[in-house]
Amino acid sequence: MKDGKFLTLGIETSCDETAISVVADGRQVWSNVISSQIEIFKNYGGVVPEIASRHHLENINKVLEEALKVADVTLDDIDLIGVTEGPGLIGALLMGVATAKAIAFAKDIPLVGVHHLFGHISANFLEDENLEPPFLALITSGGHTEIVQVKSYTDCEILGGTRDDAVGEAYDKVARVLGLGYPGGPKIDKIAKSGNPEAVNFTRVLLEKDSYDFSFSGLKTQVLNYINTEKQAGREVCREDVAASFQQAVMEVVVKKTMNAVNLTGALKLVMAGGVAANSKLRSMLESETEKAGIKLYCPKPILCTDNGAMIGSAAYYKYKALGEDELNMDASSNLPLERN
Amino acid sequence: MSEIVRTIEIKNEKDTEKFGLSLAKSLKAGDVVALIGDLGTGKTALTSYIAKGLDIKRRISSPTFTIVKEYEEGRLPLYHFDVYRVFDEDELFNIGIEEYFYGKGVCLIEWADLIMNILPENTKYIYLEYGNKEGERVYKCTF
Ligand SMILES: Nc1ncnc2c1ncn2[C@@H]1O[C@H](COP(=O)(O)OP(=O)(O)OP(=O)(O)O)[C@@H](O)[C@H]1O
Ligand SMILES: [Mg+2]
Repeated sequence: MKDGKFLTLGIETSCDETAISVVADGRQVWSNVISSQIEIFKNYGGVVPEIASRHHLENINKVLEEALKVADVTLDDIDLIGVTEGPGLIGALLMGVATAKAIAFAKDIPLVGVHHLFGHISANFLEDENLEPPFLALITSGGHTEIVQVKSYTDCEILGGTRDDAVGEAYDKVARVLGLGYPGGPKIDKIAKSGNPEAVNFTRVLLEKDSYDFSFSGLKTQVLNYINTEKQAGREVCREDVAASFQQAVMEVVVKKTMNAVNLTGALKLVMAGGVAANSKLRSMLESETEKAGIKLYCPKPILCTDNGAMIGSAAYYKYKALGEDELNMDASSNLPLERN
Repeated sequence: MSEIVRTIEIKNEKDTEKFGLSLAKSLKAGDVVALIGDLGTGKTALTSYIAKGLDIKRRISSPTFTIVKEYEEGRLPLYHFDVYRVFDEDELFNIGIEEYFYGKGVCLIEWADLIMNILPENTKYIYLEYGNKEGERVYKCTF
């Protein structure tokens, strides 16, 4: 406790970033330190798990120190430790969980494991102090594409998800095909701005009529086919047009299904979460659709959309209030299901 | 590495399903199947049909992000790997890949060509290639 506030230390190491935050009363970000390793990975064209865990190990103490310093607190002020327990790269997750357990044990502070996606959803509680469940959430990231009905701070139901590649994954793979490197999503978004979204008519994969599932794996084959065909015909491929057309095909489907889910659940609030929530096309399309439907759209600022410790701190705070602490023998799980935080 | 002993012409995804279902019948605990082929040749798609053949009801999504996804509920446990993003084989030892290889289940490994050195002797290889027309694939198997 400090200044009468309940302080949660949020630790996130499920993939590229080593991130730690101090969050007050589950809502206010007192510090949010993120040590990104993306620069290192650029040289390899992907996330390098071995390097990821090694760097988490090297970084984590520095990041912790910095997070406490910025918040102007010590470990003795911390009331709760929240840590991402899954899903993610197992080696990377273990770094965060081991650190969290060590502090919890040494300082006798309660510990709570958080589902990474509940963390992403909770980023919205930090963005808007008045937001409360229930609402509908659209989670789009490198590993996830899910439409989730959030019923309370700890209960949710998945209405649909990807059957193959996640949105961010599809972006990464197509970026590779276009020679844009890693991470590809932001670059596709960027070059798409100067391309024609109607240049190539990629298939909109809607699946069964009332399904909220997604399938993006066919798109990479289509992009490959298109490029090969153009090359064989001796025509120059305009990457901007391909990027814009790909983005249009993906986001049209995402937005359509999300708005269908809004209608189904009668949700009055739509919440965006995950790294791809920062995509400019997705944001602008959802802004105009939610306005038409007369419902409110929430979207965290980019720093809270990417992996960070603050979102984990917020999620942990509400889970602790509802369900109490976890045992110290809790463990990381690379594919933790999201039925419940 | 062993030789290609059969080549299967796949006309469409229905054929992929047939192949996957029949392969699933022959799989036993401790089998490792290497799926080698370019982006979009259908390694994940084939895995989903093999999973169906193992009576796994849950949907199989791409494991590119988490590197491994585990499915325990079928006739045999299925460990679905995608080692596309793996750079250093040591990391796979750290996550206990050998326990998966010599465990009670079946391992299916996408992009297995990247970790050829550490695959067990008895690994079954399937090389997936694009065919001439849309939906066509050619599978070359070492078993
Ligand atoms: N005969 C076929 N067999 C398998 N997939 C097919 C076939 N014909 C078309 N497809 C389509 O091709 C796509 C294959 O994508 P999938 O993600 O399975 O490939 P992958 O090899 O796993 O790619 P990655 O390298 O990204 O992991 C799917 O959309 C699938 O529906
Ligand atoms: Mg795949």
